Amino acid sequence: MAKKVVALILAGGQGTRLGILTDEIAKPAVPFGGKYRIIDFALSNCVNSGIYTVGVLTQYRPHVLSRHIGIGRPWDLDRKDGGVVILPPYVAQDDSNWYKGTANAVYQNIDYIDAYSPEIVVVLSGDHIYSMDYNEMIDYHLSKGADGTVACMRVPLSEAHRFGMMVTDFENRIIDFQEKPEKPRSDLASLGIYVFNWSFLKERLLEDEQTPESSNDFGKNILPETVDRDLGKLFAFVFEGYWRDVGTLQALWESNIELTRPIPPLNLHDPAWRFYTQTEEYLPAYVGRSSRVRNSLINEGAEIYGRIDSSVIFQGVQIGEGSVVRNSVIMTNTRIGKGVIIDKAIIGENSVINDDCVLGYGEEVPHETHPGIYDSGIVVVGYDAVIPAGTKIGKNCAIANHVREGDFSGDVQGGKTIAAKE
Amino acid sequence: MKVLGIILAGGRGEYLGPLTQVRTSAALPVFGKYRSIDFTLSNMVNAGISKVGIITQYSPRSLMDHIGSGKEWDLDRKQGGLFILQPYYSPYNPSMGYKGTADAIFQNINILRRGNEDYVMIGSGDHIFKADLSEIFRYHLETGSDITALTASNIENYNFGNVSLLKCKDGRVVEWIEREGPLEDLGGSNCVALGVYFMNKFLLRELLYSTVPNGENELVKGVIIPNLGSLNVREYRYNGYWRDIKQSKSCYYRTNLDILNPEIRRELFYEHGRVFTKLKDLPPPKITGTAFISNSVIADGCVVGGKLEDSVLFRDTRVLAGATVKGSVLLEGCIVEEGAYVENVILDKYCTVRSGKSFVGEQSDPTVIEKHGVI
Repeated sequence: MAKKVVALILAGGQGTRLGILTDEIAKPAVPFGGKYRIIDFALSNCVNSGIYTVGVLTQYRPHVLSRHIGIGRPWDLDRKDGGVVILPPYVAQDDSNWYKGTANAVYQNIDYIDAYSPEIVVVLSGDHIYSMDYNEMIDYHLSKGADGTVACMRVPLSEAHRFGMMVTDFENRIIDFQEKPEKPRSDLASLGIYVFNWSFLKERLLEDEQTPESSNDFGKNILPETVDRDLGKLFAFVFEGYWRDVGTLQALWESNIELTRPIPPLNLHDPAWRFYTQTEEYLPAYVGRSSRVRNSLINEGAEIYGRIDSSVIFQGVQIGEGSVVRNSVIMTNTRIGKGVIIDKAIIGENSVINDDCVLGYGEEVPHETHPGIYDSGIVVVGYDAVIPAGTKIGKNCAIANHVREGDFSGDVQGGKTIAAKE
Repeated sequence: MKVLGIILAGGRGEYLGPLTQVRTSAALPVFGKYRSIDFTLSNMVNAGISKVGIITQYSPRSLMDHIGSGKEWDLDRKQGGLFILQPYYSPYNPSMGYKGTADAIFQNINILRRGNEDYVMIGSGDHIFKADLSEIFRYHLETGSDITALTASNIENYNFGNVSLLKCKDGRVVEWIEREGPLEDLGGSNCVALGVYFMNKFLLRELLYSTVPNGENELVKGVIIPNLGSLNVREYRYNGYWRDIKQSKSCYYRTNLDILNPEIRRELFYEHGRVFTKLKDLPPPKITGTAFISNSVIADGCVVGGKLEDSVLFRDTRVLAGATVKGSVLLEGCIVEEGAYVENVILDKYCTVRSGKSFVGEQSDPTVIEKHGVI
């Protein structure tokens, strides 16, 4: 018999390592894959798995995200019973406040969950790109008689220092946690996807809230406490499908470009597992006589007269004659003039790149102020930016949101930032 | 001002062969992702009409599937919204079916009785055009017209199939001829009617009550033309892009390829609001490394690995590596396998051209492969 399931999507993250792309929008609202936003994947996985009660917990810059989700119509989540609900932080009589950590965010919405009296609660992250049938994980959870189950992926040991690692026994029960370990004792990395028995989780959340020194986080507090004090049975569910954390510019760029390969690891064309999104009404894409398009995703409303190679072109993008776009992600309604050369760039929505610009020229130099964010030689242009004709922009540059032609004084050397003057 | 929209979408379109054997002409797929009714329906919605009755009769399944609850046009409403007016059987109406356009509206006279609309706009489900219809309302009021008809002056463009020829003087229609087939002698006519009529709702009701029970079943022939003398029937001139898609197979073919023209694309899709259609949320079209594409339109869900020239690909179509598609219109879900060659053809939905096969039609008379066909 089907169990009653409620899903919670944690979508409050800022995503600082995406630089200017998340200056004005939350990470789950960052555009991805030609017409989607990152949260579409978690939402679509929910409805494809038959979970129709979904709470989306927002906090950082929620406007674009809230408007995107709306009443959940594209996901068939506009329902009388359940459906999608946006759960922002709120003020209550005693001390409710901003969400302090992932566990605190769920704690503050205990009433929302209790209203459905579910047996199972699925806690998801809104900033991962993946395709997963949660039923398989829930079935596993039930068959193990677990109190909580953590989805994991096997990663090379050399990569373990980037993840929370699960140390398991012979039957996959979790016996220890290692947060970003130097010396990993396991190759199972947590994916930030959890299945809990609600009665168990509620008890843990209430208790965790009484611990002043806790940072109210699933990975740092709730799960390790459970194991250390033997409060319940946690199991690791080994997931072997497609999962990507697009938390850095390089990862975001790579996951996009992966889609343009002949046989991409993430199949957007699977009729049995479709990804839904809030789309604008556009006419089909037009490819002109002077163009040459290969190994790329193009999209509705796009008008292409230039050459495109290994790129993801979003809706309504115009690319003029004689322009060359390689290894790049061009987001919605951006206009690229004639004779422009773009190599390895991410360009935000509604930007304008005027004629004869060159993006991504010269040597790769580290970024002057944020070498940890703007790396891998990617040029990042924000939303609603205008680049004057003939400008050359070097690698690892960041062109902020809303810059205008007057903000430029000639070419931009590699590793610089151009910010908008007021 | 409140306006009721009525769309005549029951026609068969008998000149289109296999394309209209499976669907009414209002449901004919156009431009990669649309159906012909989207244009009139979107025009009405963009002009602020929020109550639309769609009259259906011939093979309406795909039309119904397309329109659904009307939510893509914001017509899923508590107030007004979408009304599907299909033929029905009742004691007063023992011979099921509509005998003509006037009879169809007359049998649904209740939609004219109820509601607080003052005016009614009648349009056709198979005309492709984009106009600001609210201009007609304004013109209608300013000129004190009884009936306002949308017209075009460049008769030559429309003088091939069935056509309504008008003789107008100072904006007033003085003569109206309904003809089948092209005319040698225009007889002084100076414009053609484009199938959009605007009038007072109560006037339409009276006209229908006074004509239909007396055996007149056609709106233009039986209702408007006999009253030309007594009513102030005026023309509103529209000289933009306009096509009656059901005139012929080659008309359907040419209309679809018109989207390759940037001016027509601009006029149809970027002026006077958007064209709404049923969304399917298919993935972005994918172009592989072996593709060569020139002057073509590609809808969502397609995968192109072959050569594509001067063609329109509807949703979910596959052109595999080494295949060639030239000057063709491929409706939803078609597959052109490796090494196949098609030129100047219309492939209806879900057709497959097998590997290595070649199929060439005439540009003036394109070949149509029927739905689910395999070559």
